Amino acid sequence: MRGDLVRIIDGLMRRKGKFDAIIVETTGLADPAPVAQTFFMDDGVGAKTKLDAVVTVADALWLKDRLRDAPEAKNQIAFADVILINKTDLVSPGDLDEIEARIRAINPYAKVHRTERASIDIAEVLGRNAFDLDRILDLEPAFLTAEETHVHEHDHGQEHGHEHGEHHHHSHGNGLKHYHDEDMQSVALRTDKPLDPDKFFPWVQDLVATEGKDILRCKGILSFKDDPERFVFQGVHMILDGDHQRAWREDEKRESRAVFIGRKLPEDKIRAGFESCIA
Amino acid sequence: MSDTSAPIPSLADRARPIEAGAPVVGVHFFGATPVFVLGEEALLFAPADGERRVTIHGGAILASKSDGTRIVTGGDDGKLVATDADGSHQVIATDDKKRWIDQVALGPDGAVAWSEGKVAHVRTKKGELRSFEAPSTVAGLAFAPKGLRAAIAHYNGATLWFPNAAGAAPQKFEWKGSHLGVTFSPDGKFLITTMQESALHGWRIADGQHMRMTGYSARVRSLGWTAGGAFLATSGSEQLILWPFDGKDGPMRRQPKMLAASKARVTMMACHPRQPVVAVGYADGAVLLVRIDDGALIKARQADSQPISALGWDTSGQMLAFGTELGAAGVLTL
Repeated sequence: MRGDLVRIIDGLMRRKGKFDAIIVETTGLADPAPVAQTFFMDDGVGAKTKLDAVVTVADALWLKDRLRDAPEAKNQIAFADVILINKTDLVSPGDLDEIEARIRAINPYAKVHRTERASIDIAEVLGRNAFDLDRILDLEPAFLTAEETHVHEHDHGQEHGHEHGEHHHHSHGNGLKHYHDEDMQSVALRTDKPLDPDKFFPWVQDLVATEGKDILRCKGILSFKDDPERFVFQGVHMILDGDHQRAWREDEKRESRAVFIGRKLPEDKIRAGFESCIA
Repeated sequence: MSDTSAPIPSLADRARPIEAGAPVVGVHFFGATPVFVLGEEALLFAPADGERRVTIHGGAILASKSDGTRIVTGGDDGKLVATDADGSHQVIATDDKKRWIDQVALGPDGAVAWSEGKVAHVRTKKGELRSFEAPSTVAGLAFAPKGLRAAIAHYNGATLWFPNAAGAAPQKFEWKGSHLGVTFSPDGKFLITTMQESALHGWRIADGQHMRMTGYSARVRSLGWTAGGAFLATSGSEQLILWPFDGKDGPMRRQPKMLAASKARVTMMACHPRQPVVAVGYADGAVLLVRIDDGALIKARQADSQPISALGWDTSGQMLAFGTELGAAGVLTL
């Protein structure tokens, strides 16, 4: 629906200064990508607006069903920068943990909030600068941090119906991934060896050209050989945006990290390709 | 061309500056009086002897057209307003759900067309009202040069509608994608749409033959026919693009003429009403006049980094008015 969106934003731009932000509420099962792409692809819209963040509201009561029967639901989770698990008062704490783990399996990078009646501090959903290259700071997936301490252990393929008595709470250790989503994954890449820009750019451009329809989001912070500055990039499907960000600091570990979130991504191929970009 | 050749002769300091004070989204003339359409609420009448703001809408002005006797505007207040040369104005249609009226077209015989959402309306000169529901949101509206035929641009093509011929089947022209604007060639033989994807699409009306006009660096927002209809002039590139329409095949298998090259993108253009000359407005604020025959240039406004957002000639072709996104405006008498 890009044409309609462009037309409406063109209209709104005539009232510039009379509003603070534009919230685009898509229909319940819309694909957020074409909406996001409009902000990068259309010259008029892109020049006058800035995409702040994609916020997904997940209904705690029904999310598991939707993840099963509506592929768009996974898209919306995978694409999000901020996810509200709403109606938390309607499900048990144990179920909530499981829902959050299911979300994390699809998108470990989004900021997740639990809400009742979508009650949340406005600053948590507006003014996030999630597409701002300067803000691609935290590429640590949330399941490796202490934030979510209790996630249920879960056998692969056993999607639901397990009893509470079987639940085994424990803190997350390094890289323990309890859920694996069959369709949507993230591939996290990391190396402390400098990359060769003459290898990396052709590789990543080819990757999004060939796999772009399955790559929902990607972002990265890169350390290039003989380059004193950090290079940051982000992308939506086939569109990539990147720039030098700032000089590496003395006290900073010079390493390259990137993440690709998408549908049935060829993880081995992506890993091998990334490795081949090492200078 | 403008980058490398000798300095361009300039008439810029002869222009009369006008402080519009709001983004200018269109400009029309009543005789020698330029009237600037502001982004919100008002028209600015700017005759040489004093400016006057006339408030006509309760919000953004989304579309404007003029036939020289009236300016018809659509707004996000759901109103269609006709304003006369003396500033008097009347609401000629109101959408009861306050939907945006964002497309307006004026017919050669006094008819007016407008749309909100998927529905296009025509009011004939006699005051008869006709409506037509398009397959998707109406994104462009135009009358054919002769007779009461209207073209509607929408998703996946354009539709020709015959508001006065009850029962006449609309004629469909299909091409996948989002079509945002539409125009007929002055001889009525071709229908051209601007597309979301930085391209034009065209059909020869007689046989539906497609033509695709690509190569733009941006979406085409401004287009018009040169005097006599020899060329379709368009914005959307770092030079003025002129597609030849002088033969029976239009631009098929032909290259466009490209004139008035610049580092800045062309944002608006306005064809001189009588001469083979086009006024070209750029994203850096410059306005150039270019003669189609030899590409000769005259500067009409100096670059100042305010993107040109409105450009128009009076009917005699003696006066050129321009306005910017940031609220500067001016009029140059040649």
